[in-house]
Amino acid sequence: MTSQTSRHGRGPEGRFVARVLVYPRAEVLDPQGRAIEDALGRIGFDGVRRIRAGKSFEVALEAADERQATEAVDRMCRQLLANPIVEDYTVEWVSE
Amino acid sequence: MKCGIVVFPGSNCDHDVYHVLSHVLEQEATFLWHQGTSLEGCELVVLPGGFSYGDYLRAGSMAAHSPIMAAVRRHAEAGGRVLGICNGFQMLLETGLLPGAMRRNRDLRFLSVDVHLRVERDDLAWCSNYRRGDVLRMPVAHAEGNYVDTEGALDELERRGQVVFRYVDAAGRREPAANLNGSERAIAGICNAGGNVLGLMPHPERCAEEMLGNRDGLGLLAGAVAVGGRVGALAAAGG
Repeated sequence: MTSQTSRHGRGPEGRFVARVLVYPRAEVLDPQGRAIEDALGRIGFDGVRRIRAGKSFEVALEAADERQATEAVDRMCRQLLANPIVEDYTVEWVSE
Repeated sequence: MKCGIVVFPGSNCDHDVYHVLSHVLEQEATFLWHQGTSLEGCELVVLPGGFSYGDYLRAGSMAAHSPIMAAVRRHAEAGGRVLGICNGFQMLLETGLLPGAMRRNRDLRFLSVDVHLRVERDDLAWCSNYRRGDVLRMPVAHAEGNYVDTEGALDELERRGQVVFRYVDAAGRREPAANLNGSERAIAGICNAGGNVLGLMPHPERCAEEMLGNRDGLGLLAGAVAVGGRVGALAAAGG
């Protein structure tokens, strides 16, 4: 499980926007990614080495400071947004 | 035995379970709304199949955080019986009451077919009407039933004997073709270390009456409500 926090896009009044990316873990078979990979090959895209199908979430939240925003989003990921048994997540901060 | 069937938005096998427990097995059964916080004295709690919350995010993930799940967790941790069928099994994984996770089926298809299961444990109340090695026929209906965990966790599950049902062919052999959803180790159902929490993808409540052409599942639900020991009269249901 990884959690990258890059530049925080701090908006007015302690508002933050996180983009959470959730992907199947590398060692876990990803049937959707595999199917899309096969389909790309069938329609003529050669050289596609890998497709992983994931999900993204935009989390707009209010927090006292960057540290609290980071902690809150991290907890959201671990408790609900991702299933750590089969998925990894990364967090990017974007400006609203 | 007083039985509670938890109803989530999107549950669709709740009435089937109620029917078998109440009318076929003549137990006291009641529905428990997911927003409630009490199990109302139920000794057996069933998390039924369906598509709770439309399977949003991951199957069972939203239901795992419903208010009633805190009470279900306390019941399970105190040794109370909890049975999760299909979507209910997915919820048990998402709550962590059972180990592992579900992926999309190997072939990405929604599977609605009869499968064969081999009974791997007969020392649990759930399986008191079956014998180890019995082959049961039960329907499955799911898109995310492809069980997975880390190799280490799977080894631990096997070592502790927590695999209760496996997908096999009609002769009881583990064949890749019989493991339709691609589950690791052909796992169809598992229990917790204490044996009081059971989750399985197949639907015993859909094959519990002779008039439906199959009652292989009746033994499981009868075992679930048996206070202890074997239920002799129903032993034949084990097929």
